[in-house]
Amino acid sequence: MDGLLAVTDLEVGFATESGLARVLDHVNFRIGRGEIVGLVGESGCGKTTLARAILGVLPANSARIGSGAIDFEGRNLLDEDTASLADDVRGRQITFVPQDPFSSFNPVFTIGAQIDELMKWKSPAAEHGGGMRRYPRARRRADRERVLELLRTVQLPDPEAILRKYPHEVSGGQRQRLMIALALLPEPKLIIADEPTTALDVTIQAQILKLLRRLATDRRVSVLFTTHDLGTAYEICDRITVMYAGQEVESAPSDEFFAAPRHVYTTRLLQSLPSREHGISGIPGQIPGLVEPPSGCRFHPRCDSASAICRAGRPGVTVVGPDHLVRCYHPVEGGAGEAAA
Amino acid sequence: MRALVLTVNRLAWFVPTLLGLLAITFTISHLIPADPIAFIAGDNATAEQIAALKAKFGVDKPIPVQLWNYVLGVAQGDFGVSLYTQRPIVDDLVGRLPATLELAFVSIVASAILGIPLGVLAAVRRNSWLDHALRVFTVSGLAIAAFWLAILFQLLFAMRLGWTPLQGRVDGWGPDVITGFFLIDSAVAGDWGVFRDVVAHMILPAVTLGFPAMATVMRFTRAGVLDAINSNYVDYQLAMGVPHRVVIWRYVLRNALIGTVTQLGLILGNLIANAVVVEAVFDWPGLGLYAVNSILQSDYNAIMGFTLVIGAVFIIANLLVDVTHGLIDPRESH
Repeated sequence: MDGLLAVTDLEVGFATESGLARVLDHVNFRIGRGEIVGLVGESGCGKTTLARAILGVLPANSARIGSGAIDFEGRNLLDEDTASLADDVRGRQITFVPQDPFSSFNPVFTIGAQIDELMKWKSPAAEHGGGMRRYPRARRRADRERVLELLRTVQLPDPEAILRKYPHEVSGGQRQRLMIALALLPEPKLIIADEPTTALDVTIQAQILKLLRRLATDRRVSVLFTTHDLGTAYEICDRITVMYAGQEVESAPSDEFFAAPRHVYTTRLLQSLPSREHGISGIPGQIPGLVEPPSGCRFHPRCDSASAICRAGRPGVTVVGPDHLVRCYHPVEGGAGEAAA
Repeated sequence: MRALVLTVNRLAWFVPTLLGLLAITFTISHLIPADPIAFIAGDNATAEQIAALKAKFGVDKPIPVQLWNYVLGVAQGDFGVSLYTQRPIVDDLVGRLPATLELAFVSIVASAILGIPLGVLAAVRRNSWLDHALRVFTVSGLAIAAFWLAILFQLLFAMRLGWTPLQGRVDGWGPDVITGFFLIDSAVAGDWGVFRDVVAHMILPAVTLGFPAMATVMRFTRAGVLDAINSNYVDYQLAMGVPHRVVIWRYVLRNALIGTVTQLGLILGNLIANAVVVEAVFDWPGLGLYAVNSILQSDYNAIMGFTLVIGAVFIIANLLVDVTHGLIDPRESH
């Protein structure tokens, strides 16, 4: 697939009281044009950090970017200055759907006012450059029409009325529909959706996910979708990348990911899903601390197949199938997902 | 509509609050062991003369009856006569209220205009040298006694440098009274010479009063901005590339001001307490100076009148704060 975004060898740490936490350890990750990629892992595995690094909104006072590149359409986002990123990339080419639609709207402004502000800077018709202070009336009117149209597209009833409301006056599901509409309005190439449904009821989650998938596919927008829920990822993603403790371990097309996982951690993760045959089986051991993480493959202390080489150094990328990559010295054999159970 | 409901709701509480205040001040004034009747009657008064004076001022009756009579009087706009000057207290209060209100208003507006942006700067550049310098400044503002600062200002700017007048509100008679606010009256009359003179007289007392008020405004704005900066809606707007300055000065500030506005009512209370002392130092002919003189003369009708008027001003100010709060924060009405 034609590449849109490629993260290469990215290393990010956070200064903490007990030392530098190595949150991303030379991570590789990519998204094709129009592709929906799930970034899956447990809490603290670094998926949100990766998402924020791509957006360029890591906390400036604590985050340290060690090495690596974030290549977006031929430009390395890590080399660009913050002003041009904020103006040209963030909110225009890469947009964001937050985790919590409840607190991501400013409580003291109407929804319409907040959408207006965004469109003032980020509408496809908005000129570039930070000097713009006025919002030309003609463009405002045209933008308003686009907003209303898109609100109808995300199936919000009575869009005019919603624009006049305050955030606390609309439901959680409606707020997340609004967030999806806002992410689509600037006509981006990539949407970063950071656990967009964890704050919602299960019934609404499915609706929101289907909506996001349909709209992204229709418009050929790529989506980076982080989640800790494999079922959710299966529902909407073309491809899934799994992270463990700051390292990406496996990446495969969704069907193959579930049918023939190759990394031991992935198989264990799939087994930890509740099922009729074997109930729920957890993974023994604990997620390691990131200030002094295990050497080599960070999963080795919990891995049955681990050997000396796993402790010595991190395995390189092995291509085990079409678009199927794994970083493991002892990958499980094809179809082992069933066998291991 | 929402603001109207809120206003009516708060107004309904105005009278009971004022009655409570009245009862408390009345009780306190009558518990004070001073005896103004003896003071008026003089050392050589006979028992009959004192009894006659007591009957004249109504203080021979039981205290609950006195309170009832006082409430009836206040309801009709009669605050009694000054035990000292024998003038109706209402006339004294009405004549002096504008001077205090003008000073308080100028101080509080100036403290908000300076304190809010400085508070935002301190929060945005927290732990920078600017933040530390401003913190020293605010702690000083809150710690320095107003009368001492007032005297220092007089010594430096009026006595040594001669930049400002030493005391008073205006040289000569001042402008013709229309509103009682000299800044407005002189501007309306077009008398810019007097206007400049009024401004010159106002600078030192207003700065003295405004300094602690500004410190409080700044502290609360800083805290509010810090609180809002760490919220998800700021994170979202920045992640969507809305310019940092727009996010701070428009979206963060509005949320932060909810806390600051709530404080303004209390700040006004402190400011008026300070005004009593500051007016005395600057010989500012307002209610504060009047209160000081009344206290020195044990003129408790006047003290009660002063307390009641200040109480009413305070309650009205907090009413305005509540209404403004309701306008800034749409969640308030729920």
